[in-house]
Parts: sequence; C-alpha cells; structure tokens
Amino acid sequence: MEAALRRVFDSDLWWSFTRSPVVVLSAVVALVCILGALLAPLIAPHNPFDLASLNLSDAFKPPAWDAEGEGLYPLGTDDQGRDVLSAIMYGARVSLLVGFSATIFAMLLGVLVGLLAGYGGGFSDAVLMRIADIQLTFPSILIALLVDGVVRAALPREVHDQIALFVVIFAIGISEWPKFARTVRGSTLVERNKEYVQAARVIGVPSWRIMLSHVLPNVLGPVLVVATLNLALAILSEATLSFLGVGVPPTQPSLGTLIRIGNDFLMSGEWWITIFPGVALIVMVLSVNLLGDWLRDALNPKLR
Amino acid sequence: MFSFIASRVLQAIPVMLAVALISFAMFAYVGDPIAIMLGQDFTEAQRARLVEELGLDQPFWVQFAHFIVNAIQGEFGLSYRLSRPVAQLIGERAPATLELAFCAAFLALLVGVPMGVYTGLYRHSWLSRFFLTFSLIGVSLPTFLIGILLILIFSVWLGLLPSFGRGDVVQLGWWSTGFLTLSGIKALILPSITLGLFQLTLIMRLVRAEMLEVLRTDYIKFARARGLSNRAVNFGHALKNTLVPVITIVGLQLGALIAFAIVTETVFQWPGMGLLFIQSVGAADIPVMAAYLMMIAAVFVGINLIVDLLYYAVDPRLRVGRGGH
Repeated sequence: MEAALRRVFDSDLWWSFTRSPVVVLSAVVALVCILGALLAPLIAPHNPFDLASLNLSDAFKPPAWDAEGEGLYPLGTDDQGRDVLSAIMYGARVSLLVGFSATIFAMLLGVLVGLLAGYGGGFSDAVLMRIADIQLTFPSILIALLVDGVVRAALPREVHDQIALFVVIFAIGISEWPKFARTVRGSTLVERNKEYVQAARVIGVPSWRIMLSHVLPNVLGPVLVVATLNLALAILSEATLSFLGVGVPPTQPSLGTLIRIGNDFLMSGEWWITIFPGVALIVMVLSVNLLGDWLRDALNPKLR
Repeated sequence: MFSFIASRVLQAIPVMLAVALISFAMFAYVGDPIAIMLGQDFTEAQRARLVEELGLDQPFWVQFAHFIVNAIQGEFGLSYRLSRPVAQLIGERAPATLELAFCAAFLALLVGVPMGVYTGLYRHSWLSRFFLTFSLIGVSLPTFLIGILLILIFSVWLGLLPSFGRGDVVQLGWWSTGFLTLSGIKALILPSITLGLFQLTLIMRLVRAEMLEVLRTDYIKFARARGLSNRAVNFGHALKNTLVPVITIVGLQLGALIAFAIVTETVFQWPGMGLLFIQSVGAADIPVMAAYLMMIAAVFVGINLIVDLLYYAVDPRLRVGRGGH
C-alpha cells in the first residue's frame, strides 16, 4: 500500500498536477461536485422527492441573501416549494450518472472498433473507419437526438418511459464512439508493428489475446484523455437533450430538466430556479474540461 | 482538375445513399404506416389495397429505389402529427431558420475576425486577455444557457428586446422575411447572438492563431524591410493569407449552425425547421424526422464538397502535389 502510494506521488503525472493551481482547483471543484451528487441523500438539506415535506406556502422564495429569502432555503425554492439547492444536488446525480455511463459505453464500443480496425486492417478497417468518418461529419448532438427519436418511435410509450434513462445513455454513447475508435486505431497501428507484438504472434498467441492483453494496455493513455474530455461533452449533451424535453424522464430530473422547468418562470422574474442549476452545470463541465486539457498535455511527452 | 472533382462527387454519393438507407429504414421498420393511416377499424380488403397502393408488398430494394426517387423530388409523404405534406411544412419553416443562421454567421464573422486580428497583433494588451477569457467562456457555455442568460438580462431585467417569436414578418412570395419590420429585426438580435457566439469565439481563436503563424514568416519581415506601412503589412499581406483556413472552417461550421439552431429555436420559440424537428422527435413523427435528416445530410455533404473544391481553387499546392508525386 505504502509502495503504491509512493509510486503515485513520485510519478510525473502527480508532479505536473501539483504545479498548476488551476488544475488543482478544478480537481477540487470536480470532486466537490461528484461528492455532493453521490452523498445527496445524506447531506442535502431537504428531500425534493418527499411530497409530504413540501409546503406550497414556501413556493417562489428567493435566495437567502435576498431580503425576502429564508436561511432554510439557501438558493431559494421553486413553484412547488422545493429547495433549489437540494434539487440541484439530486439533479447532478442523474447528470453525472448519464454522463459517466454514456462515456463508458462509447469508450467500450469505440475501443473495440478501434482495435478491430487497427489490428485487423484491410477491408474491416476501411468499412469501420468510413462509418466513423461519416458520423463525425455531423454534430454529435444531432445524432443523439435522432437515435433518441427513433427509439422513442419504435417502443410503446409505457416501455419507453420505464427505460428512458437507458435510451438517453445509449443515444449519447452512440453519438460519441467515433472519437474513441479513431484514437485507438491510430495508436494500434503504431503498436501493431512493434517487436513485442510480433514476438507474441510468433509464439502463437491468438489475435484476440494480443489485442486485449498486449496492445490494449499500451493504447489506454490517449483513451483516458478522450474519455475525460468526452465526459464533459456527454454531460452537456444530456443537459441539452433534457432541456429540449427529449432526455431523461421528468420523474428523474437532471440539471437540464431543472433548467427547462425553471425557464418557464424566467419571464415572471424568478430567475434563481433556472440560473442556479445552470451555474452548477457550467462549473461541473468547466472543471472536467480543464482536467481533460491538463491530462492531454501531461500525457504528451512532446510538451514536457 | 476534372478527376479531382469527380472523385469528390463520387465520395459524396455513398454518404448520401447511406443516410437515405437509414431514413428509409426508419420509414419501413419503425411504427406501422398502415395502422396510422387507416386508424382503428378497417377490413382486410382495405388493408390489402393500401398495402398495394403504397407498394409495401414490393421487395425491399424496389421500395428503397422508390423512396430515393421521391426524396430527390422532395416528396416525403404526410406528417403523422399534422397530417400535411412534409415538404410543405419544411418549406414554410425554412426561411426562419435560414435568416437566423445567416445573421449568426454574419455576426460571428463581423466581430470574430477583427477580434482575432487584434489579439494576434497585440498579444499582451489587457484587451486581448479580456477577449481570450471571454472566448473561453463562449466555448464552455452551452447554447441554451447563453440564450437564457440573454433573455434574463435583455428581456426580463432591461425589457429592451422580445424573448420569443419572430416579430412581424413580411411575405415575399413563398419566403417570409423578418428583415423588413422593426419588430422582426429586434426579434432577430438575441437568437443570432445565442447561435453565433460559439462560432464567433471559434473564428476569433482561429484568426489569432493564423495571424501569429503568418507574422513570423519571411515574407512579412521582407515587406516590413521594404518600408511598407503597418497597415499594408497587417491587412494587405498577413490577414489575406490567414483567410484560407478561416473560409474553410466557416464553411464547415455553416452546417453546424443549422443543426444547433434546434437548441436556439427551442429557447426562443423561433418558428423554424429546428423547432419542427424537435416537436417531431417528441411526437415520434417519422416522416418529418426522415426528411429533416435527409435535408441536413444534403446540406452537410454539399458544404463539404464546396469547401473541398474551394480549397483546390485557392491552394495551388494541392494541384502541384498531385502531378508531382
């Protein structure tokens, strides 16, 4: 354990991490966001789903620093008298869940395709990469919207409502796999011709084993960078879909859903219902983005 | 020259065919058009007649060929949701989206290029730093939040600009324009900024990077040595050479502009194609979705093709490279 810790603290990555205050700050912010979301049932001041605790006379309370605000609701309340801060913490859970799941799904699919295309070469390479190219021509949000729409049309309404969360994860994942596939294919093409792969081939290791246990670990660095940057993108895609009203179901509101619902009260001056979830979203995405940028530079030996 | 154009056109065709196949598969396998068109009560004979009329008893590839022929003529059938021809629906909404996208692109270029030139020339001034920070915000803010913030500031708090709709439009033949009335122009301002902000920051960063690159080259130093004025060097020599990649990116981003109009149109309830599409996704209206997909694909492929050809026209190295190797 101690040896492992020492390895972490002695690594180049840790060194470059501690050198940049912006990166440390974004890591702290990202950690706070994730912990706040994970521990929401324990630390949120109210439970927004507990209908018994809602009081309509508390509706539309402005934030606590406003003259009409109450300390009980630090960021104010919405039309049902729900605490906005608690709603954000619970909403961030859904946003992060969808973001992480969609990124992992896209990563698994993209890495598999990239390995097959890069290691297999020839016809399968040409076909797979052509598909990836075509998909990359279109903005990923458009692909996600379309996949979501088709699944919505294909499934009966009751079934769709039950698995809506998975549909969103699937749609966002499908819209983002080509970036992983291209990255992995590029690195695989380099690794394929190295001696350790040739040696493994000579002693008769089957192709799938060479791909998974020899090539894969050596191409994971760039994948990690793409995954971090894509996590931010996936969270934004989910928020956009939910804002457009075709994302997660209203029973499990994400940050995007909160922004959409709050948007209805914007014109009457209750700005905090929509602006605070928006700020939470921006802070979350910005911190993940900055971490991704740092990781890209730190893992790039040319920039050291 | 001819072989280059021919190869690019040939590359575009399979892409369009693939998109058409996806659109057609949506038509053919998602939902049951017979049940939708006949409703609850029908006899077996009615059903059989409709199947024959629609050609649903034909083999897959024959149906697909029919679909393509119809699509080329702009014929996509009836919307399930509104029971009107899809082509007519899209035609009505197209002017709103195109005017919005045009204004956004115009704004992005008009503001983005000078900002990029300025930040490239005066790298260390505080105004440049301000522009760069501003562009970082523009890149990380999602489109719909920019729209909401603008509405909050300019419609709710200041009460200066409308928060939804197109204002009064004037009908010019089949084209409805918002450019000719004051309320139409006022309604265009906030959506254009929302849609154009991301492109603006992109163009600014691109022009800045290109300017820094070009200003280091020998011919700029030589131009200065010849005693040309700063203005002639910066604008006549440097800026001119940065514009090739800028034109490319702007061209490619035009397609993205039309796609992201979906979000902007939802925020501002702008009656364009994007709002139509999002309502169709919500209502599982396959014909509209398929038609929109085909149209967007055609726009993207067309723009890619034009940009490729422009590149060929602008950059002589492409021509030499082909003959030389």
